[in-house]
Amino acid sequence: MNRLLKGPARALRVLIAGFLIFAGLLSASPAHAEEADPSTYAYTIAGTMLQEETPIPGIKVTATLGDFSASTTSNEWGEWSIMVPELGQYQVEIDKSTIPEGFALTDAENGALGIADLSETDFAAVLFSFGADTSVDTSFSDLLIARIFAGLNFGLLLAIASIGISLIYGTTGLNNFAHGEMVSLGALIMWITYIVLDQNILLAALLSIAAVTAFGWAQDAGIWKPLRKRRMGLNQMMIVSIGFSIVARYLLLLFFGGDTKDIGGGGNIIELGPIFTSDITLIGMAINVIALAGVALFLTRTRVGKATRAVSDNASLAASTGIDVERIIRIVWLFAAALTGLAGVLYGLQFQASWLTGFDILLLLFAAVTLGGLGTALGATVGALIIGMVVEVSTLFIPNELKYAAALVILVIILIVRPQGVLGKKQRIG
Amino acid sequence: MDFLNILNLTGGELIGAYTAAYVLCALGLAMHFGFTGLLNFGQAAFAALGAYGYAIATLTFGWPWYSATLFGLVCSALFAVALGIPTLRLRADYLAIVTIASSQALVSVFGVGQYRDVTGGSNGLSQFGESFYALNFLPDQRIELGVLTYSSNEVFIRIVAWSLVILGALLLLILTRSPWGRVLKGIREDEDAIRSLGKNVFVYKLQSLIIGGTFASLGGMVFVMTSQTNQPVTWGTDFTFMTWTILLLGGAATILGPIVGGMVFFALLMFLQNILEGLVNLGLLPFLDIAQVGQIRYLLVGLVLMLLVIFRPQGIFGNKKEMQFNG
Repeated sequence: MNRLLKGPARALRVLIAGFLIFAGLLSASPAHAEEADPSTYAYTIAGTMLQEETPIPGIKVTATLGDFSASTTSNEWGEWSIMVPELGQYQVEIDKSTIPEGFALTDAENGALGIADLSETDFAAVLFSFGADTSVDTSFSDLLIARIFAGLNFGLLLAIASIGISLIYGTTGLNNFAHGEMVSLGALIMWITYIVLDQNILLAALLSIAAVTAFGWAQDAGIWKPLRKRRMGLNQMMIVSIGFSIVARYLLLLFFGGDTKDIGGGGNIIELGPIFTSDITLIGMAINVIALAGVALFLTRTRVGKATRAVSDNASLAASTGIDVERIIRIVWLFAAALTGLAGVLYGLQFQASWLTGFDILLLLFAAVTLGGLGTALGATVGALIIGMVVEVSTLFIPNELKYAAALVILVIILIVRPQGVLGKKQRIG
Repeated sequence: MDFLNILNLTGGELIGAYTAAYVLCALGLAMHFGFTGLLNFGQAAFAALGAYGYAIATLTFGWPWYSATLFGLVCSALFAVALGIPTLRLRADYLAIVTIASSQALVSVFGVGQYRDVTGGSNGLSQFGESFYALNFLPDQRIELGVLTYSSNEVFIRIVAWSLVILGALLLLILTRSPWGRVLKGIREDEDAIRSLGKNVFVYKLQSLIIGGTFASLGGMVFVMTSQTNQPVTWGTDFTFMTWTILLLGGAATILGPIVGGMVFFALLMFLQNILEGLVNLGLLPFLDIAQVGQIRYLLVGLVLMLLVIFRPQGIFGNKKEMQFNG
């Protein structure tokens, strides 16, 4: 038969054979690519390699999860990203041999390892720290001063955020676990108005505070007021607030995504002796102090403030003297939400904003309020300053990951010694 | 959308090992909250101590399964004592805050990079189940249960997990029907009345905390034994709140409640997740992607928790009179 094939027929056969081989190759390569075609992967791990703001190109990074492993190298801007197929906790490692001359990891031993937590979000950033550890040649006293300053700043932020918890607890008895989400909301709305919509910083801050205030009002009117009307038990309401906090938190995640948003960009660096800070931080601290003074004046000098304290002290007695308790509670909710919104804005400007911003500090806020004595606004401020200080100063002695734990341990210890808190009244304990 | 597959997966959750792990934790919480009235928001810490205790005893000390189990239980009992002594004298809402704070503090210690040699740092620990799975008496082949197939070890862990649930439930039944259990219920209803009867309320509460914590640490062990991986992120507050949701769904002051609550809850979650994923894949929910469906899962946990406490605080099986929350 073959012998009969001549000329064009033979050419055709060669062509067909060639086509089949080509098709085979084609079909083989997608089959192979099904396992490792990164363009079909939905999730991203990324980061930037910088040593003192100088990008480091050419570093090999590998992300691993179980059997899956993918590598990339940093580009000329030091940026890298790896697409991965599924959610999970990825281990990200730098190939130390690819670090160019003149660059070095801060922690040569453990610094090459990182974790990308993609268990709930589709994007995770991993940063590796390069360059000499600047703290090595700083004296302990300078470090301590710097930490105390940072603690003061963090404590002021916590104070402004925790007064809301304290006021709401004082007037309604509710331990509101959904308070952290108001902080997150403030920071995220600030990101939208200031960065995405590119508004003036003051206007953006006012809009954010207004949004959180509206959220606080809606929360009270929609959930807490009806529950108070039903005379629901306080512990029961606390569990409702836990449920609400979860709902609100995951709604924030759905709307804003899981990535961390940079708002302030750090501001301009200002050096005060051993303290490195920024104009944003200093202005933020000043605003915090003014706001705290405002709260103190409001509570002690105005009629509504005095009524608030009366309701905190004894709601039925206050009602019998003609104070409209529901009206006071409504005002307290608005006031508390506005302060919390301010805290969110300032927190977002100085640090960053994400759906977890408020939840991360929620327990510190509760610790501050409990330390000061539940339900006393001034106590919350004192407690917050203690907690802020403990968190920051503890990093001199214990691993950074444990700084929040240190504050929580302090809380437990103080409660053993003085269960009513620093400024609390004895009758409040069980 | 493959409905048969979805129903199979949903049915699988009813007997899942993770379900049993949560049920054990919820039984412990029933002891704490349902029968004693303790607002414990640190159940994740007890489970974590069981899991880490077992894994560390196996990997670092090289102990067999029975000593490792015992070690995990002792760790959680010691934690209960350390947590209980300062906090059980506090009022309920203080107790809630302190337990959640201690739990977070403890779990953050497990994640610290410096202790990586022992705890595995943020990666956690894995492959510690050899001694346990050596007990597996089942033939080494795929086993069919109705329409679902499992490996031999998967069936084994389910048998062990649900046996623990049954034993735990029986133990809880005996304990709560005993004179000791009646004192606990008395404490839940009116602490001062029990005190006036000459009972040492603090000691009873501490005993309840230890026993309930032991249940949770068994739950933690079952949880990590299923996949033989133990990561610190597992033991966040979400774990505790999930346990609370299960408990309140079934009925806090009941024995059957946590068991049925856990089964119903996880079956519902699996069902909803698959339906949502199916709808997303069909393009019917253009505003969602698959990763977000997993997030909605948690959102539902919160929503169920809220609605339950507001509209049916006694859960599926509970008696409303027994569920006053003492607020």
